[in-house]
Amino acid sequence: MITISHYLTLSGLLFSLSVAGIFINRKNLILLLMCIELMLLAVNFNFVTLSRFLDDPGGQVFVFFILTVAAAESAIGLAILVVLFRSRRSIDVEQLDSLKG
Amino acid sequence: MIEPVIFYVFGGLLIAAAVGVITSRNPVHAAMFLVLSFVTSAFLWMLLEAEFLAIVLVLVYVGAVMVLFLFVVMMLDVEVEQVKASFTRYAPLGIVVLLLIAAELGYVFWSRTQELGMLEAPSPAPADFSNTEMLGNLLYTHYVYPFELAAVILLVAIVAAITLTMRRRPGLKVQDIRKQVAVNRDDRVRLVNMEAEKDE
Repeated sequence: MITISHYLTLSGLLFSLSVAGIFINRKNLILLLMCIELMLLAVNFNFVTLSRFLDDPGGQVFVFFILTVAAAESAIGLAILVVLFRSRRSIDVEQLDSLKG
Repeated sequence: MIEPVIFYVFGGLLIAAAVGVITSRNPVHAAMFLVLSFVTSAFLWMLLEAEFLAIVLVLVYVGAVMVLFLFVVMMLDVEVEQVKASFTRYAPLGIVVLLLIAAELGYVFWSRTQELGMLEAPSPAPADFSNTEMLGNLLYTHYVYPFELAAVILLVAIVAAITLTMRRRPGLKVQDIRKQVAVNRDDRVRLVNMEAEKDE
């Protein structure tokens, strides 16, 4: 029998994998954005699971709004990335130190 | 029971795809693994009876956001060699963080959910139950103001993305229609009085 703990463990594993991915991929800004998408997926997974097991459809409405905001966020993030690459010719996170004093 | 089989197969596939996203050196491969993880979670959401959101996840994420990612990845040519160096450098730290967060979340889930008494799944919805209709009823009545706000957020995202990436080149030759229409005769035509030249 699949219980709520199975689903929550799966989404917890997904979330911790994406956090580890942010630590591992320190060179490439695109991979960082992808890890953030993965994190949002894990959070949405939690919402859907709890919406099912608590029998409350509000959780699915929240997932709907998170999807909207995530789409907007990735569009703006990729636009910033394109502008950055156009001016710096690189998307290495460690070279983005212009604000360092 | 088919449910545990589906859960374990697609859950394992989801974790494997997530590992693929964070370890692949080529950004195109990472994007493909991300598509795989979105599709497998759509299957798992179907298992959780969130059919509308599963379809929306495939349509919006795989159809729009990941295509956008792939466009950007292929537009910017990032050297794959650079990415390799940092992987071995930060991998131990990443694994430590992974184990720490997984242990914390697992402790909370497994110790707390035992006493909450919500471990048994509610009975599945009847065959004529429409998940989309239920969500629509909720979205257009109770959550109508957040729904409008979501539309505004999307509009802001459109405007921001276009203004960020639009570039004006100074030397570009373009027609300015407004100037062309507003021109009058005096701006263009100049009558010059000059004496006729005489033949030698």
